[in-house]
Amino acid sequence: MSESRGRREFIKILGFGGVVFASGLAGACSNILRKAGAEDDDFFFVQLSDTHWGFKGPPNPEAANTLRQAVQAVNALPRQPDFVVFTGDLTHTTDDVAERHKRMREFKAIVADLKAPVQRYMPGEHDASLDQGAAFQEHFGATHYSFDHKGIHFAVLDNVSDPQAAIGDAQIDWLLADLKPLGPDAPIVVFTHRPLFDLAPQWDWATRDGSKAIDLLQHWKNVTVFYGHIHQEHHFKTGAIAHHAAQSLIFPLPPPLSQPKRAPVPWDPAHPLRGLGFREISVDEQRLVLTLKEDSMERVS
Amino acid sequence: MLRGLFLLAVLIASGASAQERVIQVTAERFKFTPATIELKVGEAVILELTTLDRKHGFQIPDLKIDETIEPGKVTRVRIAPTKAGTFEFHCDVFCGSGHEEMAGELVVKP
Repeated sequence: MSESRGRREFIKILGFGGVVFASGLAGACSNILRKAGAEDDDFFFVQLSDTHWGFKGPPNPEAANTLRQAVQAVNALPRQPDFVVFTGDLTHTTDDVAERHKRMREFKAIVADLKAPVQRYMPGEHDASLDQGAAFQEHFGATHYSFDHKGIHFAVLDNVSDPQAAIGDAQIDWLLADLKPLGPDAPIVVFTHRPLFDLAPQWDWATRDGSKAIDLLQHWKNVTVFYGHIHQEHHFKTGAIAHHAAQSLIFPLPPPLSQPKRAPVPWDPAHPLRGLGFREISVDEQRLVLTLKEDSMERVS
Repeated sequence: MLRGLFLLAVLIASGASAQERVIQVTAERFKFTPATIELKVGEAVILELTTLDRKHGFQIPDLKIDETIEPGKVTRVRIAPTKAGTFEFHCDVFCGSGHEEMAGELVVKP
């Protein structure tokens, strides 16, 4: 691994805010806190995104294998995460309702092999926009919800069941009610599919009313957002809120507005897994530091 | 593409004046027809947007145009270009596999 690549793969976020870079080693994220002897208090989770189960096409001729390879890669980590979260587009969209359900059943069967004790799901537009989330809810449950884990509050936002990419006032009200009991310093992690900020509206990389969610979240000091949709690693801040996009597990897309069309990066048979990967996020004992490690499928498989 | 600039004066129009050219644009999964709309600086036109199948969107973020196209209805958008440039438009109402490719461009010539 080159020094520059290692530096890209391992990001430490202090106080859920400022980002510093540190060199990373394979498996470091899943080992680093164990070495400190804090197994009971520290933890980490894994973010998988945009698996698009059911996709067929030149951008990934090996799509039928990629999800299983990702499951194997996560299972091979030196230490298993407390949970795995899938940030949307679990399946590739289809007009055929029976096929949509079939893809969701197949997806669930494959990820059932994960060793991690808990999986968390949320929809992407490919899962939910054609039926406003009906099939997704049948197979995976609610499209927005919250949970607490070892001192961190996690909120899952649905910005895809509305095909016009809106969260909607009702869900914003729910978010406010959900967060209201928390103190201003409470560590909060938000999972969603689309970027909440206007990353590239020209490429549909935005949430119509995402600014409402950001305005609300800014009332808390320690908020971090993890999302998918754009099929690449990306880091951005709105005020004190850090937003981190994950790589996909189907095909990479080009950097925002780097070319006229939002076309997938062409598949390279010499490097069939290039641009695909997942993320490990570890949380320190004080719940002040998030450490991100970007795992490349090309490197871990 | 020129981004972040508001180069055109855009109004939603209830009808076209006698002097303004009307351009009919149809939307269907997963294309717009025509996919390229050519205008000249200083020429005001009315886009008449209709759909042949289902609800679609018509968005030009650079120009702050964001319309929905409902079945059985005509959505009219008045555009009066003041500067030359190329502006991409796309469907922003998810409509299926191929939605991501449903786009076109507005070309304003000097």
